[in-house]
Amino acid sequence: MATAMDRKLWAQWQQEIEKTPPSPRPATTVSGMPIEPLYTPDNLEGFEYETELGYPGQFPYTRGIHASMYRGRLWTMRQFAGFGTARQTNERFRFLVEKGQTGLSTAFDLPTLMGLDSDDPRSLGEVGRLGVAVDTIDDMRQLFSEIDIGKLSVSMTINAPAVVVMAFYLANAQDRGFEWRHLRGTIQNDTLKEFHAQNEIYFPPEPSVRLAIDLIEFCTHHVPQWNPVSVSGYHIREAGSTAAQELAFTLADGFHYIDQCLARGLKVDDFAPRLSFFFNAHNDLFEEVAKYRAARAVWADRLRNHYGARNEASWKLRFHAQTAGCSLQDKQPEVNLIRVAYQSLAAVLGGCQSLHTNSMDETLALPSEHAVTLALRTQQVLAHETGVANTVDPLGGSYFVESLTRQMQQEAHRYFDAIEQLGGMLAAIDRGFFRREIAEAAFAYQREVDAKHKLIVGVNAYQEPDEKPLEILTIDHAVESEQIESLKRVKNQRSNDEVRRTLDAVRRAAAAHENVMPTLLETVRARTTVGEVMHALADVYGRCDSAVV
Amino acid sequence: MDNQPPLRIVLAKVGLDGHDRGVKVVTRALRDAGFHVIYPGLWQSPESVVRTVADEDADWLGISLLSGTHMTLVPRIMQMLQAAGLRHVGVLVGGIIPEADVPKLLAVGVARIFGPGTPLGEIIEFLRAQGSRTHA
Repeated sequence: MATAMDRKLWAQWQQEIEKTPPSPRPATTVSGMPIEPLYTPDNLEGFEYETELGYPGQFPYTRGIHASMYRGRLWTMRQFAGFGTARQTNERFRFLVEKGQTGLSTAFDLPTLMGLDSDDPRSLGEVGRLGVAVDTIDDMRQLFSEIDIGKLSVSMTINAPAVVVMAFYLANAQDRGFEWRHLRGTIQNDTLKEFHAQNEIYFPPEPSVRLAIDLIEFCTHHVPQWNPVSVSGYHIREAGSTAAQELAFTLADGFHYIDQCLARGLKVDDFAPRLSFFFNAHNDLFEEVAKYRAARAVWADRLRNHYGARNEASWKLRFHAQTAGCSLQDKQPEVNLIRVAYQSLAAVLGGCQSLHTNSMDETLALPSEHAVTLALRTQQVLAHETGVANTVDPLGGSYFVESLTRQMQQEAHRYFDAIEQLGGMLAAIDRGFFRREIAEAAFAYQREVDAKHKLIVGVNAYQEPDEKPLEILTIDHAVESEQIESLKRVKNQRSNDEVRRTLDAVRRAAAAHENVMPTLLETVRARTTVGEVMHALADVYGRCDSAVV
Repeated sequence: MDNQPPLRIVLAKVGLDGHDRGVKVVTRALRDAGFHVIYPGLWQSPESVVRTVADEDADWLGISLLSGTHMTLVPRIMQMLQAAGLRHVGVLVGGIIPEADVPKLLAVGVARIFGPGTPLGEIIEFLRAQGSRTHA
């Protein structure tokens, strides 16, 4: 702590700094949090190393969840990919594996994400455009053809129809002779954040959560190495939230899933070790690092002290990070390479377990192979050339970072209290709390940019008059008709009696409040479509209409 | 602008695209600037958008698209506006529109495209300068 002598010197410094003319731009984080010109021990009153930080791999994991972090094993470089038909995405996957990528991550197209078939009129123009089109188990088989899913871990970004897509995956894996207990991967299956931000919604909130829990419960018993949910702040942040909101809402979603699993009779230590997280890696380096560190500490504390988890694995918050899509600009797109490099540095200094780096051309289109390769190379340079992997939590002990980490935790607790006062997660959703908070933050940020309180290179500063457009990937429009044709073939080949019988079984299980996974595994083998299965579930659960969003 | 009723603007998300950060920010900014803004929410079909424009007697329609479906959905909306006798309604497009598609959208009658990074003031100024094509 500061001594009397320090005080005198401090006052001297204070006098010096007061002479500096004020900046036209306030010193705030990208989230608008005010930052002091200097941090000293004074900012960390009562700081205790053992309780606030501890050692990596030990409670409360502020410094990281593994004792040796990246010295032991680097983070997984996992680039999200998917477009067109399953055959095209399968080719991209094999390209990425060849370039040294160590895990796969699947992007589905909007119709699949929304639980619609490719031949649904609402899917017009969207099939295979932003991800891969998957209608039936046949597409899933094609998607992972010749890929060793017994060895590589596979991530699938899908939410409302997660149970159906997981049924495709598990049935296909079994058909190929892989045992479920050996499968490794993650399915996003986080419907709460869809209601806060991402808007891929099919059922009302309550049954949406019920289905998410069905999947967690099923995987807990049968696919024990799989992460059956990736509780996601990424999309909350993309929708315009602050870093603290991203942190708080994501953890609050995680708590809600835990409460629901417990209400099913699961024991916390049976499923908590497989809950995983997904955070944004935005521009503000130190704010991001503080966010990840705070997330680990808050989660560990809640799991141990509130939920009474005894297994240390339950206390550890594992997370995937993706650089911020919303920070990328269409002006001077090569500059995005630089943004992504700094953002990935934040994720790694914050101790992520896996990372996706965005490609420089992603505001314009899906990434080209050239752009994807550069994005992956960014991670490889970070891992092997910068030295950041040499020591654990290199920013630990920084007055600034520790002080921000504390502040983040306090903000998170303030939000947990606010949610509780509104009557809990579902009541807060019902009242539009999350959407309102996020929209306010997004608007405030845009105001800051318009007022040039925040400068964005190439957008409101350092513009170039004549820009040369990048070569971008274009998706062949034939994809839509090709996909619809192959769906038609499947529908002609299958037994309609089997389709009817198995979908009835799904309805019965849903109505009886049984876990729907066993009936889903049966129906997808009868080659039912995503749309048909979602429809059957909606016969029981109802649909969410757009009035709520 | 004195004594004139505020301009009526329908802002719409069409198709399955759920990226509503931009449209919500624009809605708020236009309301703060004194315009009458109708935002019917996500997942609108071209039919429902055109119906809203007619029902609300709108001067302008702003379509927000970030899913790459603009070349399918925008020309379709333009045709339907014409067929419904709403040719006088000015149409704006906001979102991610590749450079190559801009002239194509202008050719089907879109008045202006506002890409990412557009300052809110630019949209407000544009609408004030253009005014109403309905009641002029």
